[in-house]
Formats: sequence, structure tokens, C-alpha cells
Amino acid sequence: MRRSMLFVPGNSPGMLLSADIHQADAVILDLEDAVAPNQKDAARVLVRRALLGLPYRGVEIIIRINPLGSGFTRDDIFAMVPLKPKLLMPTKVSGPQDIHEISAMVAQAEQENGLEAGSVGLLPLLETAAGIENAYLIASCDPRVKAIFLGAEDLSSDLQAVRSLKGDEILYARGRVVVAARAAGVEVYDTPFTDVNDEEGLEKDAAFARALGFTGKAAISPRHIPAINAAFSPSQEEISYAMEVMAAIEEGQKQGRGAVSLRGKMIDKPIVDRARRVLDNAEALGLGGRT
Amino acid sequence: MKITSRAVAGTLESNDVLVTVSPGAKGLEVAVDSIVLNQFEAQIRQAVTDTAREMGVQEARIELNDRGALECTIKARVETALRRAGEAAV
Repeated sequence: MRRSMLFVPGNSPGMLLSADIHQADAVILDLEDAVAPNQKDAARVLVRRALLGLPYRGVEIIIRINPLGSGFTRDDIFAMVPLKPKLLMPTKVSGPQDIHEISAMVAQAEQENGLEAGSVGLLPLLETAAGIENAYLIASCDPRVKAIFLGAEDLSSDLQAVRSLKGDEILYARGRVVVAARAAGVEVYDTPFTDVNDEEGLEKDAAFARALGFTGKAAISPRHIPAINAAFSPSQEEISYAMEVMAAIEEGQKQGRGAVSLRGKMIDKPIVDRARRVLDNAEALGLGGRT
Repeated sequence: MKITSRAVAGTLESNDVLVTVSPGAKGLEVAVDSIVLNQFEAQIRQAVTDTAREMGVQEARIELNDRGALECTIKARVETALRRAGEAAV
């Protein structure tokens, strides 16, 4: 389960060394914006050597690669695929044609390195107006696409919008990518909260993203990880209610009743589905939830 | 790989190492300055020579200014500097 994903600059040995100690569910080793253009070669080598030499326990590794048109995409893919990453994060993805082009390169790299075809997944970063408008097509165009990710900073620039704490300017994009991802049957991740010192703002932003339907949220600071993990974990109240729902359903079935109510409300299929998801997530996170 | 030019990789930040590679004529010449020289000089030299051999480099002067880099970082910075110094000849 990916509740939190921490961005780690790919050319910073100190940060790569400590990437797995912050309790993030995943770390995104960044070859793109965090690396100067004249250091891309150094970052590729450092990330490769770090992944071969460091244990990275209890955290999933995702590698953010440079966008098509940058001149670095192919080198990134052919340097990273041999490391068998579960996910590559292509950037500035604007349409399914971008995914087809990247997927073909990944397939070639898999073949040249003797890897199973399709073993490397993609987590496209949608951060252009075209990318948001094409979100469903991107999410559903290739089985490599396991999730989509909203990048609000570049998007706001492309939209000529003014970035705000509340985030009204990205509300449409947030809703659009959630609907697209759920319709395509993939996961969906929210943009980082960029004020490192605003804990209250972060908590509200993460809670709002979860309420919209996001699976998890990225972070640019390790300090944001606990609040994000908390926001995307089921609460004890949710777990208790979900257990009550499942118990009521079971009891209703035993008694042969078609309709079941709990606390004076009818329990219908969406409520049962939500209860199952809460209990599945609770179990995956070791929070109990199954009796 | 033949080293024909001077190249640098890495930084002087903590946990990193600044590696300077230049052409050499007497096999591999390795010069190490490190904040942990007394404890780890042999391991640092080994990481440098292993990386150079891995890349088929037989003659080069490799200077390290180490700020406590791990083995994987030393190997990465040496590899990058060697590639840069070798690429210039192409």
C-alpha cells in the first residue's frame, strides 16, 4: 500500500543513503527536476550504484525519469530498467502516445536485459493541461500503467493559474485524475504539499485529497510523511464501523434477511464495499480489522 | 577505456567524494584525501581500483577528496569521472 511517497534527489548521496528511514511507503529517486542538466549522467550512475549497494528495507523504490524531448529519457530508461524497478515515473506525460513511446523503450530495455516483458510498470506524472484532459486515455492505454500521479506545480504554470494554499486552482484537475484512474482501474496519487513548515495546512490538504479519492500523496520533505501516512490510514472509528457493517451483513445472511440495517440506516452494496476496503487496508497496514 | 582528458565528478558535501581523473602513464595512480583516511584508506583504494578495472581503465591518475562517502558513492563518482574523461576522446 502506498500512502506516502517521498521524493529523493538522485544526485545527493546523503539523501539517498537515508531514503528508507523516514517511514515512507515508497521513495521516488529523482533523475528529473532535482538534478541539474549537466549532472544527469552522475545521477544515473549514483542511483544505480546506490540501488545495487544499499539494502533499502521496507520501502518501495520508484524512479522518476526525464520527459520525452529532454534528450535524457532513453538513457534514463536503459540505465534504470536493468535494476528491475517495479515502477518508473515518466514525467510531463500529455497523452497516450507518450506512454506508447516510453513503453516501447522499456520493452526494448527489458528484452536486452533478459527481463520478463511487462515486468517494469509505469506511474505517469500528469502535469500539463493536455495530460489532465487525457488522463483516462493515459491511465488505460497500456497495461504497464499501474497508477497516475498529479503534479500541481508544473500544471499550474501550464494553466497560467496562481498556486494557493487551499488549492482551488487544481480542484478540477484533482477530480479529473481521480475519476480517470478509478474508471481505468488504477491507483491515483496526489501532488506534494510544498510548504515544509505548515503542518496544519498539510493535514488539511492530505485529508481533502483522501476524501476526493486519492490513494496516497507525495512528499518533498521527510517531515511530511507521518501526517500523510495518518491521513491515508483508516481511523479506529472507520475500522470499528466497518467491522460492525460486516457483522450486521453476516447476521442478516444467517437470518435470511434481504435488507440489513445498522444504526437505523440501510446497509447497501456501496457501504459494504467501502467497509471491505477499510478492513483490507487496515489489515495491510497491520492495524487489525479482520476477526 | 583510454583516459585522454581531465574530468571531475562528485562534490565536497558530506557523504560525497570529489573525484578528479586525468591521463596517466604509469598504470593506475590513486591519491586519497579523506576525513576517514586512517580507518578506511585500504577500502577506499580498493573501491577505486575495482571500479577502474571494471571499466577497463589501465592507466589514469585518480584523485579523491572524500567527505565520508560510502563504497557505492565512491564507485559511482569514480565511474562518472572515468566516463567523462574517456568520453572526451570520442
